[in-house]
Amino acid sequence: MNKSSYIIGFVTVLTAVVALVLSLLYSGLKDTHKKNELLFEKKAILSSLKDVVGNSKLTNDEVSQIFSKDVSQYIIDTKGNILDKTQLENLGLGDLTADELDAKKEFAKPFDKRLMPLYVYKDKKGDEYYVVKLLGKGLWDEISGYLALDGDKNTIHGASFDHKGETPGMGAEMKDNPKFAAEFKGKAIFDDKGNLVSIDVRKGGAVDKMHDVDGITGATLTSDGITRMLKTSLTNYEAFLEKQ
Amino acid sequence: MSENIKDSKKAWFPMGKKEKRMLLDPLNDNNPVTVQVLGICSALAVTSMLLPSIVMAIAVIFVVAMSNLTISLMRNYIPKQVRMIVQLVIIAFLVTIVELTLKAYSFDVYKQLSVFIGLIITNCIVMGRLEAFAMANKPWQSFLDGVGNGLGYGVILIIISFFRELFGRGTLFSGSPLEMKIIGAGSDFWIDTTTNSFFGWYTNNNLMVLPAAAIFIMGLIIWYQRSKNEKLVDIS
Repeated sequence: MNKSSYIIGFVTVLTAVVALVLSLLYSGLKDTHKKNELLFEKKAILSSLKDVVGNSKLTNDEVSQIFSKDVSQYIIDTKGNILDKTQLENLGLGDLTADELDAKKEFAKPFDKRLMPLYVYKDKKGDEYYVVKLLGKGLWDEISGYLALDGDKNTIHGASFDHKGETPGMGAEMKDNPKFAAEFKGKAIFDDKGNLVSIDVRKGGAVDKMHDVDGITGATLTSDGITRMLKTSLTNYEAFLEKQ
Repeated sequence: MSENIKDSKKAWFPMGKKEKRMLLDPLNDNNPVTVQVLGICSALAVTSMLLPSIVMAIAVIFVVAMSNLTISLMRNYIPKQVRMIVQLVIIAFLVTIVELTLKAYSFDVYKQLSVFIGLIITNCIVMGRLEAFAMANKPWQSFLDGVGNGLGYGVILIIISFFRELFGRGTLFSGSPLEMKIIGAGSDFWIDTTTNSFFGWYTNNNLMVLPAAAIFIMGLIIWYQRSKNEKLVDIS
């Protein structure tokens, strides 16, 4: 039988050693993690544009290159204005770029205080594509994505999705199965009268050809989550997209 | 028994009959997945594609082997009253190392495995080996036992994910530089399912993508193994 003091001492030393090693490792790798995350987001943005960017397998250098050359980043508010440098400074944000914006925090703010990232891609012909950020809740955890719109700010050009903890083989298909994102191409987010109807991920298959896509088999709740995510995220951009 | 002690005193890292059995037993006769039926949850969850399964297998081999080694080194000092907590701390420590390393050097795979790396902590194989083996055996033997059990788990994972990816998506190693499109329209390899070609009638089996397929394949593996391995016949 061990004495209590020995047990307490043993556990304390063990915990201290483990905590020290882990925190050293964490702070050592933190910059690499951050870099990976930003690069991952950039890849996701380009993946929603893959029909114009071409070549879906880009190396890290290519991604950074395309971003500095063909992509302009803007921060907009929910009234549809693109914020310029002085406005950002007045908000105390300085020279923050769109990809550094913490989307999760912005979505949690009251509607008229939110700032949204906007990416504009210009292809060789000079056509512009608008990429908007999507964020919502799936069945288990956060889901997110990017939606690329054609120059008319209505027709969907492409989409890419990501999730944190959806069930592999079911909800995770939103990301793993490229067919799901491909279904979005050519759909419209506004109806004929100019109202934002968003896109419905419908269980049992699309009904309305312009505004529905097929739901994911075995993942009704994730599909519903995607529908909600599209609706709320696009509402943030509604004012901007309605502007001509 | 006395022979064994003499045996292991000869060298730092003895590799006798007993050690070989520690390494190879878990691959077949005492497989943690198909015989002991441990670690089923992650075996169902991560096996829809080969690449994440291979990474998961490597991660589990690392965690079982290193935690076995660490606990075995500490076994004479661990107070009996808190031994399970100590084991959990060590497992969680190693799993966090794996997670941080993957996030830094293999971000795509880290994203794919998402929660399941963290869930290695709750994989019964790890804790099972610590309690059953590492607490009572020498470090080198414990390390081998860990590698063996990790391999036993990994082999099953890779077999299952091979069939699931091939018949569910028609690809192999998808997401890695080795990516191969075996079955599908415009396939690089054997089976081209363009509408008018010879295999035009074939479509991928969507059931294989779902976790349920893993349990069918696992059932078939257990069936095959028990029909071939005499030691497992009529085990009751």
